[in-house]
Amino acid sequence: MLTLYTQSAGETERLGEVIGGLLQPGDVVALNGDLGAGKTCLARGVARGLGVRDRVTSPTFTLINEYNGMIPLYHMDMYRLGSPEELEDLGYEEYFFGPGATLLEWAGQVEQYLPRRRLDIFITKLPDDEEKRKFELVPHGERFEQMVKELTRRVRAGN
Amino acid sequence: MSIVILGIETSCDETSAAVVVDGVTIKSNVISSQVDIHRKFGGVVPEIASRKHLEMINAVIREALDRAEIDFKDLDAVAVTYGPGLVGALLVGVAAAKAIAYGLDLPLLGVNHIEGHIFANMLVESEPGLPVLCLIVSGGHTDLVLIREFGRYELLGSTRDDAAGEAFDKVARVLGLGYPGGPLIDKLAACGNKDAIPLPRAYLEEGSFDFSFSGLKTAVINYIHRAVQKGGEHINKADVAASFRQAIVDVLADKTMLAARRYATKNIMLAGGVAANTLLREQLSRRASEEGLRLIYPPPVLCTDNAAMIACAAYYKYLRQDFAPLTLNAVPNLRLGRDCY
Repeated sequence: MLTLYTQSAGETERLGEVIGGLLQPGDVVALNGDLGAGKTCLARGVARGLGVRDRVTSPTFTLINEYNGMIPLYHMDMYRLGSPEELEDLGYEEYFFGPGATLLEWAGQVEQYLPRRRLDIFITKLPDDEEKRKFELVPHGERFEQMVKELTRRVRAGN
Repeated sequence: MSIVILGIETSCDETSAAVVVDGVTIKSNVISSQVDIHRKFGGVVPEIASRKHLEMINAVIREALDRAEIDFKDLDAVAVTYGPGLVGALLVGVAAAKAIAYGLDLPLLGVNHIEGHIFANMLVESEPGLPVLCLIVSGGHTDLVLIREFGRYELLGSTRDDAAGEAFDKVARVLGLGYPGGPLIDKLAACGNKDAIPLPRAYLEEGSFDFSFSGLKTAVINYIHRAVQKGGEHINKADVAASFRQAIVDVLADKTMLAARRYATKNIMLAGGVAANTLLREQLSRRASEEGLRLIYPPPVLCTDNAAMIACAAYYKYLRQDFAPLTLNAVPNLRLGRDCY
């Protein structure tokens, strides 16, 4: 597990950008964190890291936003789902196992549908500072363990 | 001779079909969530299952024809939303419309969902005077669009993060008000003090017509968390609702009026679910009339996603002979004014 802290929304976006630069087709990144934690903010950075030029907005109502970068990015949001089974109505397999990378907000809502190999990211707001955020990155599977190692290296180099 | 168009809309949660004559007379406008069509499937349908368009589409179309007291043979064209939206949802409507068009040899019309929202106003006022400015505010969209001539749109600004309706819903959830959040906050705000809590208003760079509501949402959440941390300090929900609603409406109204002035528009139109917000209507009506402009807005049923607005937008395309081929496909990230078929 890798734990990181950001001091501002700008830093969160930059962290996302580094993550985005490491994503490959078929990757699933599961985001968890309260309202206002910065999930969409991180997603915006991920999109930029993938070379997406379009504006990245919240997928809460639209459920899935698709972007074209170096590979497609599927930005999904489970916030409005009434039950996990509704994910099936969305045809989730075509995204999770499709030609792009998937970024899933409120992933905890659909825990049982998440692929075994994935990157979990838990975002926590810190009580002492409203701008500060804690990111815990938990890799599942060899590919994501390597990815987190590379991420650690890049973040350290960046700092 | 009048033109009878069947409209179909399945871009997000609602399955809807409507029959509209000459782009102005609504013969029927069936919206799945608002009809007891569920009983036809014998059982309770959960909240988001309205996305199960496939199960609903045929029954909704049939109901629209029945209520209009016509049959397929009386149609002159079939119109459908083909984007933006959820690809799986859009495809259901697009496939249905193509099947009807092919089977009955009718012209097919592809409509942009946002264009549909704009045209909901034309069902109320068919000559709004050009150029006209339209503010589209819903759960998924916050767009400011300049229309110099119909069929051509200039997107002046849109949200950079959360849509206005989404901010309403999320703040309502934090306040424990339930769903849908917009109307509940609107109601509660009426008995609160709008100046009780200082909240940020994001105007972004000078002259920008873009919006940002994520910071406001977080500010409200932080305010509530701080109050709770201070040992259960009493939170006046009505004051929070009123202050929050005022902050959103101030930004929406200020930017709309700024754009109306800059582009010397004749009138202003409102569209989308948040167009039903009473404060937004009041404030925009007043400020528009101060500058000799009129505020046009559709009744609530035409503010939410519906197929009548799609059939209406399609009528003007029909007049322009702007037909879509049977190869029409769903385009999840379709842009306004950039039809691709």
